[in-house]
Amino acid sequence: MDIKKVAVIGSGVMGSGIAAQVANAGVPVVLMDIVPEGAENRNALAEGAIARLLKQDPAPFMHKRNARLIEPANLEDDLEKLGDCDWIVEAVLEDSVVKNTVYNKIILYKKPGAAVTSNTSTIPLVRLLDGMDEDFAANFFITHFFNPPRYMRLLEIVSDARTDPAAVEAVRRFCDVRLGKTVIACNDTPGFIANRIGGYWIQSAINGALDIGLTVEEADAVGGRPMGVPKTGIFGLMDLVGIDLMPQVAASMMASLPPDDPYVRDFREHDLVRRMIETGYTGRKGKGGFYRLNREGGGRVKESISLESGDYAPSRRSELESARAGAKDLRALAEHPDRGGQWAWRVLSNVIGYSAALVPEIADSVADVDAAMRLGYAWKRGPFELADRLGPAYVAGRLRAEGRGVPALLDRVGDGSFYRVEDGSLQVFGADGAYRQVERPEGVLLLEDIKRASEPIARNGSASLWDIGDGVVCFEVHTRMNALDPDVVTLFQKSLKLVEKEYRALVLYNEGANFSVGANLGLALFAANVGVWPMIESMLENGQKAMKAMKYAAFPVVAAPSGMALGGGCELLLHAAAVQAHAETYAGLVEAGVGVLPGWGGCKEMLVRHTRDETRPNGPLPPVARSFEYISTAAVAKSAQEARAMHILREGDGITMNRDRLLYDAKQKALSLLEGYEKPEPVDLNLPGPNGRAALDLAVEGFALQGVALPHDRIVAGEIAAVLTGGATDVTETVSEDRLFALERESFMKLLKTEPTLARIEHMLDTGKPLRN
Amino acid sequence: METRIVIAGYKRSPFHFATKGALAKIRPDELAAAAIRALVGESGVDPADIEDVILGNAMPEGEQGMNMGRYAVFLAGLPVATAGTTVNKWCGSSMQAIHNAAGMLSLGAGEAYVAAGVESMTRVPMGGFNPAPNPGLMARWPETYHSMGQTAETVAERYQVTRERQQEFAVASHRKAAQARADGRFADEIVPVETPDKDTVSEDGGIRPDTSVEALDGLKPAFLKDGTVTAGTSSPLTDGASATLICTEDYADRNGLAKLARIRAIATTGLEPEIMGMGPVEATRKALDRAGLNTADIDVFELNEAFASQALACIHELGLDPERVNRDGGAIAIGHPLGASGARITGKAASVLKRDGGRFAVAAMCIGGGQGIATVLEAAG
Repeated sequence: MDIKKVAVIGSGVMGSGIAAQVANAGVPVVLMDIVPEGAENRNALAEGAIARLLKQDPAPFMHKRNARLIEPANLEDDLEKLGDCDWIVEAVLEDSVVKNTVYNKIILYKKPGAAVTSNTSTIPLVRLLDGMDEDFAANFFITHFFNPPRYMRLLEIVSDARTDPAAVEAVRRFCDVRLGKTVIACNDTPGFIANRIGGYWIQSAINGALDIGLTVEEADAVGGRPMGVPKTGIFGLMDLVGIDLMPQVAASMMASLPPDDPYVRDFREHDLVRRMIETGYTGRKGKGGFYRLNREGGGRVKESISLESGDYAPSRRSELESARAGAKDLRALAEHPDRGGQWAWRVLSNVIGYSAALVPEIADSVADVDAAMRLGYAWKRGPFELADRLGPAYVAGRLRAEGRGVPALLDRVGDGSFYRVEDGSLQVFGADGAYRQVERPEGVLLLEDIKRASEPIARNGSASLWDIGDGVVCFEVHTRMNALDPDVVTLFQKSLKLVEKEYRALVLYNEGANFSVGANLGLALFAANVGVWPMIESMLENGQKAMKAMKYAAFPVVAAPSGMALGGGCELLLHAAAVQAHAETYAGLVEAGVGVLPGWGGCKEMLVRHTRDETRPNGPLPPVARSFEYISTAAVAKSAQEARAMHILREGDGITMNRDRLLYDAKQKALSLLEGYEKPEPVDLNLPGPNGRAALDLAVEGFALQGVALPHDRIVAGEIAAVLTGGATDVTETVSEDRLFALERESFMKLLKTEPTLARIEHMLDTGKPLRN
Repeated sequence: METRIVIAGYKRSPFHFATKGALAKIRPDELAAAAIRALVGESGVDPADIEDVILGNAMPEGEQGMNMGRYAVFLAGLPVATAGTTVNKWCGSSMQAIHNAAGMLSLGAGEAYVAAGVESMTRVPMGGFNPAPNPGLMARWPETYHSMGQTAETVAERYQVTRERQQEFAVASHRKAAQARADGRFADEIVPVETPDKDTVSEDGGIRPDTSVEALDGLKPAFLKDGTVTAGTSSPLTDGASATLICTEDYADRNGLAKLARIRAIATTGLEPEIMGMGPVEATRKALDRAGLNTADIDVFELNEAFASQALACIHELGLDPERVNRDGGAIAIGHPLGASGARITGKAASVLKRDGGRFAVAAMCIGGGQGIATVLEAAG
């Protein structure tokens, strides 16, 4: 079954978010909810939800126009709309009676064979199916999304013996390929995988902090980055998701877990949490939570709650030595004698022990458990990966020494580890005591696997070149934040020559969080501070030569970005023969933010693309004005779809929804370009010169008067305008790409020699935020 | 000998906000044709007698390019023998069209003209698609390229027009326009227009009857960080068209056409571009002087409200009685489709003079680049 139309019932946070992600995939979706009592507008709930989606930040839509794919409807007048839906997702109240009522409505209207799934996070499948017939049961299962559905990659699927495997496969495949989710099959147990372990993790962390006497700042300092958890830690996370959810989750876990489950055994009701909820301290959505911003007296003071007294006091930086010692070494953290170390061991040992005891009860493979925690809770490592960092034998030994039980799985792995590499491939320890190859689904190609199994064709400290098969090679940047430095450029130029001689195509790709945040600013600042201008200019020129060589290579180069592709990273996309972008690509020419302009052909390529945009009016200024708007405001596309609207992606470029499928898709894209590949023709542009520059200056003048453009913005915008209008040219003349490169260099160097630009760069390096000067 | 020239008909389309308004999808030539067709149809003029359609437009490019006046003739279904002209004097374009028609008539070039105007500020942006100011002039004399908002701020500062007074003026404009609409005083002039989506639009889209000084207090300055002019005290970007029938009085009488008013005198003038909003002052004085009249003789005043600041400063400088100015509201409420406003306020002044009685009327407006234009009308009996 091919899923061509979807219905989501329930327009709350989860339902509407799921509908938005379906729309992001380009698939029409009906969003249904009840008719509110006495409502004049019978679709008020669904319509309200769509309006909210459009305002939410981070945006649920990858492009606002996707909202048009959501059709608002209601459960009284529109049930026949279910008749042509291939998949119906129920995301109503977590109440099996309410859900059952909905299923009994659906059953009358759905087409035969259409899958129906529940987004429940707490109700077992077997209970949802209570009283439903076999026919319904065959196409019914659980699809548990995480909030927010666009950004959280985990999807837990729960089916049972009655479910038709074909129905599960159709939905699984759709969620994987079209919605970009990593789909993990779970058993029908309370909380499935992520919330079961995540719930116990939170409980352990809070109880531990109270018992050992950690402040919330201390717990988050140790329990955040050092433990591979986002820096919000545990208390910050509770503030983010809402403290009022805590008792709800607890009640559901307590009701469904057996009395000897560690969660039930260790459960305590916290007066503090109850009081916080009662007084509206439900987290960021309320008056504050474990942290709050005190705005009394017009200030903004970050405060933390005392877990003992419940009083707020200004937050204090954790002084715990363990957080420092454990920053890079998990074992050092767990063994540290201070309160942070004690607490870390308690949390780690609880989570690892609990997880080890739950396989294979909740999932067949420890790899699934790890993936669920990485993708559902944004942990850097899952519990078994954490165990491997500590050493499973160490964990087991210490548990034993402390008189705590050692789960069978942990015992069985003994001196080994949960993961190992054999003959270049990754294997994982099974509950039966045997290691098995980690299988990647068809269409998934990971550089991490290639790196395990082979040596790079070429490498230096900043980048490597890998053979990914079929004559295609992958250029990988691996600097900090994947910033581009001279070593990257050098290896890149070498790689282009190598590919020309020995391979067929090149893919630019890496598996870091970001494709590239652009040129290495620290290096530029250093060089500027010591005044080695010729060196900077030659760096600039080298980068331009590399971009040009890539654009005019005799073979196709495909850029495959995910995450940020900013500045020089974006210029790589602009010069590639094609782009295959992960849907979550954030691309833009942001150089103006640090007081310079795109100097590796970014100005030039934006002009070329906008000149070729036939939907715009003719004449020399529209392409210039649009490029100017994007570059001078350092505009960033917040998705690959937005990047397409900004012409950073072109018509033929592809978008991959699932991060794990990106390299495979990029390789296929490169292969598809091979036959009859011809390098592009050089472009000569007719640019307006000073006449156009005057028009742009006028616009900037207006923004300056409004106070939107600051003094140095005007200088930077002026240089950007000078480049984009072609310098001293006239509309009767043509400007070559090389001339534009030269103009970029000239203006870049001019700006780099100004104090305010250097101040911007320094500020960005120090704070990660742009300086407004 | 003197040829007496009259305005013998006035129509306009509804005026709507650019981009988000109901007319966004209509081409400007179609919009102009709709107003002209209704004007010709209802005035009783024999289309064969129309010498020329003179169409004012401030940004004549794209859909407004190619001598749109000629295409308006085709679209309005006028005889192929009727000529078409496009004139551009920015905001004064269609008042200039009326003046051109009057001048032609006074030379004996025919008996009837359509003087019209249109602007789709949705479909052709202010400044056009390819602005290319003269860099040399800009460097030497930057004021020649000051934005309109900037000039509104300069006028507010030089003539000490406070934000509070601007807001009171804007609220009054909306209140008067809302009252006029409620009383059916726009019914005669507005031509319902059909959109490409087959919706019929028959009312203005920009009038906010409920706006208040308090509501306007919340707006940020639109052009100058610490300025006084906001979107609420400026005329909005607007789509709209207007059309007047200009003919000799003799022709009107012979053919039994309803005369709204006689054109008594006209004038145009220039001034420093940074205070372009003060253009109506000198233009009005010049025109009144040519008519041998004083402001005290004028019963009906239509003053284009580009901005509240300049309108208030002009009223003050000319010593006008506010009660006689813009009785049915002005451009802040109704909108200011640049090329269409001149024919609207001249047609409006003529209609109000006839409707409310009185002897003389003046229509005057400011023009970007530092200009003013004015028309003195006289009751035609």
